[in-house]
Amino acid sequence: MVPLNYIARNLWKRRLTTALTAGGLALVVFVFATVLMLDAGLKRTLVTTGEYDNVVVIRKGSDTEIQSSISRAQANVIEMNAAIAPGADGLPRAAKETVVLISLHRRGSEQPSNVVIRGTSPAGLQLRPQVRMTQGRLFRPGSSEIIAGSSIAKGYDGTRIGERLRFAQREWTIVGIFDAGASGFDSEVWGDADQLMQAFRRVSYSAMVLKLAHGDLLERMRAEIDADPRFSGEVKREQVFYSDQSRSLSTFISVLGLALTAIFSIGATIGAMITMYASVSNRVAEIGTLRALGFRSRSVLAAFLLEALLLGLVGGVIGLAGASVMQLVSFSTTNFQTFADLSFRFLLTAEIAAKTLVFSLLMGFVGGFLPAVRAARLNIVDALRAA
Amino acid sequence: MNAPKLIVRNALRHRLRTGLTVTGLLVAVLAYGLLQTVVDAWYAGAAASSGARLVTRNSISLVFSLPLSYENRIRGVEGVSAVARSSWFGGIYQEPKNFFPQFAVSDNYLSLYPEFILPDAQRAAFLRDRKGALVGRQLAERYGFKVGDALPLRGTIYPGTWEFIVRGIFDGADEGKVTNLLLFHWDYLNETLRKSATLRADRVGVYVVGIDNPDNAAAVSLAVDAVFRNSLAETLTETEQAFQLGFVAMSNQIIAAIRIVSYVVILIIMAVMANTMAMSARERTAEYATLKALGFGPGFLATLIFGESLAICALGGGLGLALTPSAAAAFKSLAGGVFPIFAVSAETLAAQAACALAVGVLAAIVPAVRAARIRVVDGLRALG
Repeated sequence: MVPLNYIARNLWKRRLTTALTAGGLALVVFVFATVLMLDAGLKRTLVTTGEYDNVVVIRKGSDTEIQSSISRAQANVIEMNAAIAPGADGLPRAAKETVVLISLHRRGSEQPSNVVIRGTSPAGLQLRPQVRMTQGRLFRPGSSEIIAGSSIAKGYDGTRIGERLRFAQREWTIVGIFDAGASGFDSEVWGDADQLMQAFRRVSYSAMVLKLAHGDLLERMRAEIDADPRFSGEVKREQVFYSDQSRSLSTFISVLGLALTAIFSIGATIGAMITMYASVSNRVAEIGTLRALGFRSRSVLAAFLLEALLLGLVGGVIGLAGASVMQLVSFSTTNFQTFADLSFRFLLTAEIAAKTLVFSLLMGFVGGFLPAVRAARLNIVDALRAA
Repeated sequence: MNAPKLIVRNALRHRLRTGLTVTGLLVAVLAYGLLQTVVDAWYAGAAASSGARLVTRNSISLVFSLPLSYENRIRGVEGVSAVARSSWFGGIYQEPKNFFPQFAVSDNYLSLYPEFILPDAQRAAFLRDRKGALVGRQLAERYGFKVGDALPLRGTIYPGTWEFIVRGIFDGADEGKVTNLLLFHWDYLNETLRKSATLRADRVGVYVVGIDNPDNAAAVSLAVDAVFRNSLAETLTETEQAFQLGFVAMSNQIIAAIRIVSYVVILIIMAVMANTMAMSARERTAEYATLKALGFGPGFLATLIFGESLAICALGGGLGLALTPSAAAAFKSLAGGVFPIFAVSAETLAAQAACALAVGVLAAIVPAVRAARIRVVDGLRALG
């Protein structure tokens, strides 16, 4: 075997070339990693939005809470379903909610974005244990008070504590900021359901959230609701409901990102190949000497492949380091399915880090393979003569 | 000495390396062009919309509708020439992924949109049939709709399955007009709602307002909104273009990301190209010293290096430019109707050419400076 030390020194000897090649690889790795991180962040955000035992009921045929409507009478029927867990007060743990969009201005922007405003009740808050007040207090039921999610408070005008928003002919005071553990609720504004319905002149709720007494009762509840002629509702686990809502956004991000990475990796692999070919042709005499000293052609092949892999690794580590900085940044965009703004973070998981490094090694390997084969095939006598 | 000849010979000395670099440049220029076209496609709807039409919507957000009674009050505002109704339908054709916009519109809607060209016979047939629908050329081609076809949509906002009959196919007046949409009678929607959901009847999603003079757009907008201030449904009126741009702005972080990424691809290829030039120059250190010893100045060496770099970039960039339109056409058909307008603009082609030129120049700077500075004695000693 050719010593590793020798391989590493070759890269060091030609620092500019190594830096340029590794830089190209690093940029590709960076794009690859950030796309995966964005998708992971989106999925994490929507999975944590739902609780496993919680169930969302919407009108059949609608895909989102905003499209759905459930009349007060229907809501009362659903609330009496035996599968719903009773609360400490003996009442069913169910929240009848109204969900609409309002347009708010993003800080420092003239263009409005749609933000979800959710009318809920104390029962609704209990159903989402991940929601904690970080500043101020909860809205008082029966008042024009609202609370804003942490992403909203950061990104939109007029959403700090004490500030007022005007919509639906009323002034609404922000009395608190809540943190929902990096879930989709962070991109929402919450208030009292009855007050919001009154203001928006709505006579029906949008959706219901229920807690099952037991995780297995979902099928029974679905069958009962399907059989009930008074209402045609769709019952879904909260987690499934939210991940369904972002399916097209998630597909869009991963398809676009991976297509880009595929194209870019061609460029970077070509860069690695050029570098490795040059590395071989500069050292023909050296290779001849190594072979004359008794190193087998297999060892020469391995040495050049290792050099290429090391180059890939350097690029991969730099790219990954750059991508991990992106974790500090949050990304917000409109979810095409709900038309509402959703903000989420870049999330670096161990799996993504591993995938990224494998990807960078792969680019190094593909780029280095042909040059290494050329090095291994050199004829000893011809190679020595080149000196 | 003949510099062009030397440049070509130098470029062809390492055919494999030059070939690889040209391929890399080709891929990068192509990718950059496609990404810019994706960004353009995003703005296509807004770019083609008129500044002479206003859109009046509920000021809370688009989710809220406006009462039917507003129509006549808007018509009474000074400067308004026509008012049409339009409601977003949001139906699903077969599968949720088959997304296209559907609007329930009043009969005078088409007269506000002269850029939708429809044969008179089809227009008459549409107006006669309560369940009739009009589809745009792009949409018709996407799903193979023909006049007379039945077209069922599953309502997400308005429950049930809605049956429509295609009565006409309209074309856009120019290439840039998005015709990936379906129009049907607002009256059909409203009459059905009157029977099934009384409370939701007599509501209009947005009013499209035609104005006498496009220069008065701002004044008329303010006048319309003033009529409804402090009413149950306050309005927000803006030009159609601003309305469309509002949609684009909602995904502006995605667009920003695509823009950044399209510059990253140029950076990557710049690294590859700079590497190629740096290696070639290092290998030729002894030659450059020889040329200097023969009396050629640093300017000549710079000409050689810049010439080679630019020649490679011109070749790679030129091939990339030449392939961009056909790659865009392939991408459009692969995307399956997601981008109804996907045409490579002249600006994009110019930007691609500029990028290739910039890569060529930047990649040659460091090697040229090094070659110019080298001392003849050191250079001759170098083994390459």
